[in-house]
Amino acid sequence: MSIFDLTIAGAAKALAAKDISSVELVTAYNGAVEALNPRLNAYITVTAELALAQARAADARIAAGEATPLTGIPLAMKDLFCTEGVRTTAASKILEPFIPQYESTVSGKLKAAGAVMLGKANLDEFAMGSSNITSGYGPVENPWKRAGSDAKLVPGGSSGGSAAAVAARIALGATGTDTGGSIRQPAAFTGLAGIKPTYGRCSRYGIIAFASSLDQAGPMARNVEDCALLLQAMAGFDEKDSTSAEREVPDFSAAVQRGVKGLRIGIPAEYRMDGTNPEIVALWEKGIEWLKAEGAEIIDISLPHTKYGLAVYYIVAPAEASSNLARYDGVRFGARVDGVDLIDMYERTRAAGFGPEVKRRIMIGTYVLSHGYYDAYYLKAQKVRNLILRDFTDAFAKVDAILTPTAPSAAFGLGEKMDDPVTMYLNDVFTVPASLAGVPAMSVPAGLSAEGLPLGLQVIGRHFDEETVFAVSAAIERAAGFTALPEVRAK
Amino acid sequence: MSLDAATVRRIAKLARIRVDDAEVETLQGELNAILGYVEQLAEVNVEGIEPLSGGAQMALRARADVVTDGGIAEKVLANAPDRAGEFFAVPKVVE
Repeated sequence: MSIFDLTIAGAAKALAAKDISSVELVTAYNGAVEALNPRLNAYITVTAELALAQARAADARIAAGEATPLTGIPLAMKDLFCTEGVRTTAASKILEPFIPQYESTVSGKLKAAGAVMLGKANLDEFAMGSSNITSGYGPVENPWKRAGSDAKLVPGGSSGGSAAAVAARIALGATGTDTGGSIRQPAAFTGLAGIKPTYGRCSRYGIIAFASSLDQAGPMARNVEDCALLLQAMAGFDEKDSTSAEREVPDFSAAVQRGVKGLRIGIPAEYRMDGTNPEIVALWEKGIEWLKAEGAEIIDISLPHTKYGLAVYYIVAPAEASSNLARYDGVRFGARVDGVDLIDMYERTRAAGFGPEVKRRIMIGTYVLSHGYYDAYYLKAQKVRNLILRDFTDAFAKVDAILTPTAPSAAFGLGEKMDDPVTMYLNDVFTVPASLAGVPAMSVPAGLSAEGLPLGLQVIGRHFDEETVFAVSAAIERAAGFTALPEVRAK
Repeated sequence: MSLDAATVRRIAKLARIRVDDAEVETLQGELNAILGYVEQLAEVNVEGIEPLSGGAQMALRARADVVTDGGIAEKVLANAPDRAGEFFAVPKVVE
């Protein structure tokens, strides 16, 4: 068995038993990053020396008997989390020179737990995208290949660098953020587990803001158990985030072991959309059978406003983004392009610093918030958002969790779905409603497509009931027995 | 509702993003495609429905109105593209 076959839970055991040291583990991972990252482009910034120093500190901590389950574990940090003294770009050229002077709460909690940071993972620019092709630092290659084809596929997005890094085994786990599906869809595209917790579960302090009412941090890892270990360390109340929930963090690892006997699982009719890939529908049917066999009760439900989720999202998220991204003006941080006066400097700085997708979204957001259009677009979208939340509230009166597919297709090729922005947006059709409602949702790998690519199922739970989400996801994981590995990986 | 070129220019101005003439045409098509897609919300009956602004299922907390931070001017200025002493520097605003 290779050191790269260890999961987080497995590596933690090996570290505790002194079978391996963190320095050995991190040295192996640093080597794998050096070998594979030039091809995959999963990291924007590699922090190999820092990782080694952290590994030494972790070994000392383990020797002192003060380890947590993450002490000495090498992780990829999405380059949207501000990390003190380590360049943080949000995959945007406008933040190319930005070195944060403070640490985000989530990355700080992982640091405090003794986790090791291998580098800052690539993403879609400002987390706006579903394919990683909008990154200002080049696209990420999915380590998976279609059978018999060498065509480059996208890893999904926006947490595509995190996904590719964990799938290719150049990180043992990773942080992601999810605004409309940015953890779940890339997890599905790369055969990983990934959870977007309830809005408010993880602090947003120090995460570069995209759409503040939707953004949530969460983990991505090889299995459900590893996600539980990571989320345990990432979650918790933080007074620096006014929307952080003042709630106890439950024992997620215990929830993974619970089983689904007696749970009521909802199957929403509206997720059977016209034209959905039959493979995806067949996998969903399998998931239903698995949960039934494990003792869950399957209940047909309706989430009637599902089809409006994307339209609501593509008003609300750009509106919030246009406001959040107003701060990039070349004055306090980031890149500047000089102009003849102040306004000219702003306009030139933002024209040069933002990529096309970010500009589109800022402009849509500016328009829907502008005088005369606010009520017709933004206010209307907020009202429909409330109807979507009500759909979930009504459904959760009858069921304990909801099962759906994660994405309408497997990973697609670099350059595909580029005809117009709306075609790309349709990737998020199954993930956006849970984001709008703020409920937790997890993608778990459940099978392979006919072309040999991973497909995921999504488990959605009640607000702050990640425990049931973990229990149901783990049951699917056990039944699916997903063991396939991508072609490109550290061995 | 369809955006004309003048409106695209006006939005770009409001958003403080310089666009050249060639970009205006591309953006016009793309923005209209997005607005065309979201148009479907018109068919939803929202009578009596309150707008939902946030994802948090709770009221916002208020913290004690006290100073909790400060004295970190160097950190605040550390990433400034241009500075003059303890100030951010910008092009001349008043002639």
